Amino acid sequence: MEVKLKVKRFDPESPEVKGRYQEYSVDMPENATVLESLIQARDYEDESLALRCSCRSSICGSCAMRINGRARLACKTQVRNLTKEGGEEIVVEPPGNMPVIKDLVVDMSSFWDKVLAVKPWLQPSGPPPEREYLVPNEAMAALTEVMNCIMCGACVSDCTVLEVDPTFLGPAALAKAWRFVGDPRDAEDLPRLRELSEASGMWDCTRCNMCVQVCPKDVKPMDQILKLRAEATHAGITGNAGSRHTIAFTEIVEHSGRLDEFRLPILTHGKLNLVGQVSDLPVALRMLRSGKMPSPFHKPIGGVKHIKRIFRRFAGKKPSEGSH
Amino acid sequence: MAVYEHDVLIIGAGLAGMRAGLAAQAEGADVAIISKVHPLRSHSAAAQGGINAALGEDDSCDTHAFDTVKGSDYLGDQDAIEILTGEAPGDIVDLERMGVTFNRREDGRLAQRPFGGAGFPRTHFVADITGQVILHVVWEQVVKAGARVYEEWYAISLIVADGTCRGVVAMELRTGQLHAVLAKAVVMATGGLGQVYHPSTNGLICTGDGIALAYRAGATLMDMEFVQFHPTTLHNGILITEGARGEGAYLLNSEGERFMNRYAPERGELAARDVVSRSEQTEIDEGRGVNGFVLLDLRHLGRERILERLPQIYELALDIANVDATQEPIPVRPGMHYFMGGIKTDVDGRCWDEDGRWQGLRGLFAAGECACVSVHGANRLGGNSLLETVVFGRRAGRAAALHAAAASASPVAVEPALAGAKEQLQNLLDRPQGSEIMAGLRRELGVLMKTHVGLFRSGDGLSQAVGGLPELKRRYEKVAVGDKGKIFNTSLIAALELGILLDLAEAIATCALSRTESRGAHSRRDFPKRDDESWLKHTLVSFSADGPKLSHLPVTMTRWQPQERAY
Repeated sequence: MEVKLKVKRFDPESPEVKGRYQEYSVDMPENATVLESLIQARDYEDESLALRCSCRSSICGSCAMRINGRARLACKTQVRNLTKEGGEEIVVEPPGNMPVIKDLVVDMSSFWDKVLAVKPWLQPSGPPPEREYLVPNEAMAALTEVMNCIMCGACVSDCTVLEVDPTFLGPAALAKAWRFVGDPRDAEDLPRLRELSEASGMWDCTRCNMCVQVCPKDVKPMDQILKLRAEATHAGITGNAGSRHTIAFTEIVEHSGRLDEFRLPILTHGKLNLVGQVSDLPVALRMLRSGKMPSPFHKPIGGVKHIKRIFRRFAGKKPSEGSH
Repeated sequence: MAVYEHDVLIIGAGLAGMRAGLAAQAEGADVAIISKVHPLRSHSAAAQGGINAALGEDDSCDTHAFDTVKGSDYLGDQDAIEILTGEAPGDIVDLERMGVTFNRREDGRLAQRPFGGAGFPRTHFVADITGQVILHVVWEQVVKAGARVYEEWYAISLIVADGTCRGVVAMELRTGQLHAVLAKAVVMATGGLGQVYHPSTNGLICTGDGIALAYRAGATLMDMEFVQFHPTTLHNGILITEGARGEGAYLLNSEGERFMNRYAPERGELAARDVVSRSEQTEIDEGRGVNGFVLLDLRHLGRERILERLPQIYELALDIANVDATQEPIPVRPGMHYFMGGIKTDVDGRCWDEDGRWQGLRGLFAAGECACVSVHGANRLGGNSLLETVVFGRRAGRAAALHAAAASASPVAVEPALAGAKEQLQNLLDRPQGSEIMAGLRRELGVLMKTHVGLFRSGDGLSQAVGGLPELKRRYEKVAVGDKGKIFNTSLIAALELGILLDLAEAIATCALSRTESRGAHSRRDFPKRDDESWLKHTLVSFSADGPKLSHLPVTMTRWQPQERAY
């Protein structure tokens, strides 16, 4: 099978190949992966093509790159599945949100720095037990989802928040943080949650779901971020806009059965936060001018008592316990 | 170009290397780890099934030791095996306390799953991503401890002064610059050399770099002829864990028969790996295979258990073989997987000879797959390799730190070593482009080794390999490096690796030709029986300009005399 690759090249030593796309055509077996095709191109067409790869089985995390516009592991992506998606040519680019060193190799130091920023090691309290910690299998099994993370950087590559705010901790580091907050052996939940509730932390995720879609190991980073938020809110760490927004949202819906878009931004800033309120004024004026200002007069929907009953039923429960 | 100095330098950041680093640091040493990849890219992550320790109620370290001795076909050194199995429970508990999320029993204690060649369920696991989780957790401890890690630095040569190993010259991939990293003790932990073969379950980075550095500098290698073929690999060499059979999967031939019951009436699918691999190949060779494969059937385990206990296998079979393992069996065949041999060490990782003297180089240590202690002898049991990395990584790291504390660090002139490495690289870069293609030659080598130094061997085939390798080495001299740049030049690294693979292939084939018996993974058609009278001994090999030089060493036996080996 002929595989056509269009690879974005970057060589800081040869300005003429900066940022251009190079086409390769390689003959591959039907079940070939993109990685195998790239290796074939490198080995037999152009040895200067730089990429990271090792295990070929989605476990070492080396070969995350953008393939046809989204982050994937090259070794996990079969060429024929891509051609099914349409298009004869496979476009291969380095992962995003990280500076390119050469071709498909990026500098991941910001990625690792953020992982280190969440203190990614177990912090139990007191002297260790004589043997292992006794914990239920369910507690360990529940962490398997997030332990599946191979730190490939696919989620960070395609994170829409990181694209505009490089200070955001990002999906991989936050998922790693949940791995410890969710571990019954770790005793530092509160300090961890407090730190992660600060700016650039868990509340900066816009829940676009991109990390969930591109993660090759089904780690669902955004879901782990939502678990962190629920845990932080439950622990009473609410002195931040993200948390106030969530609480206000919930309270308004409980009270009237629908959202009060006039009061929500006010409550999100905090009623007494004059600086915050004033900062919204220009937006408010623009909305007023274009006739999009929500009405300050908010009425409950009919049958709101049913909504209140639902809220009473789940009062005080964490979302993870909600459905039981 | 820069010069760095530390007490202990570890080459390789897989499990053995990082465990050694932690242990050395615990002794107060200033530790540096250098690795050609980021630590989490190391191939330890690919270990799927688990890690052995006799922690179950009815199990004992003695039984674990006996199973390992028997698994080794009596070639393993029993003093080392008793250390491995005796210290296993403590090391597993240590890993748990560091944060490994081992699966549990009902009572919250560590759970065990059955594995091949083992008398009891003693393999501890995290689903089928055990190696990945342990690697990540040990890395967490390394970054917590703040050890210096030189990431994506490739070690090119050892710095030797007065017969003592004093560090390495390494190339920083990102800049192409050469640096000298000096230390009072050096620990090799560079893992396996699976890329000598094609196909292999091993990652593309598993090229035996540290073994070759030590070998060329005068260290002795041991038992290099013992190459494990894993019974369940996919068409392109990707591994399917023994944990699948541990969880109860069947091996079937084209007639739907669970053929292992004929070859190993007691243990069936869970016989030792060499036995299962040979049985599979025999089925295939005798016409009862399915297009050159046998079938690994998980279906009766049920979807829920497969997804809970073997999620990675499910995913790999789907991604790579297009097989939904809950619906149909997975075609598998034996594939090159692991080296029992390596740099000869004592039980503390020291590269000592049998009389307790440094062989060739003072201050050199080794641990993990690149070392040969020897605990695996002629055949390794599943679940014992992760164990070896943590037990002997820890011991080697501690011994290296103690050695460094006692050693006087006389000043070293690094310029000759730097100049030598620079010249070596320049010579490679200056080679004119000819018709020889590097990757093609590497592939030829891999196929030659698989064909003639594979699962079944014969004097004829082995002679062909030994005879053919010098020609490949000559052709290697004509291989050009396609990338002349400085920054992230993987072509230059590949050229260095190919030179290493050729040297090591020569050692493997020469050792295999010399051993005229069948033992464990070394199975000779022309000498089908084990010959304890002549061959209950290790093969030692050392480097010389005229080719590998062989000698022998008796096996250390403590409590178990050789018996006939059946499963």
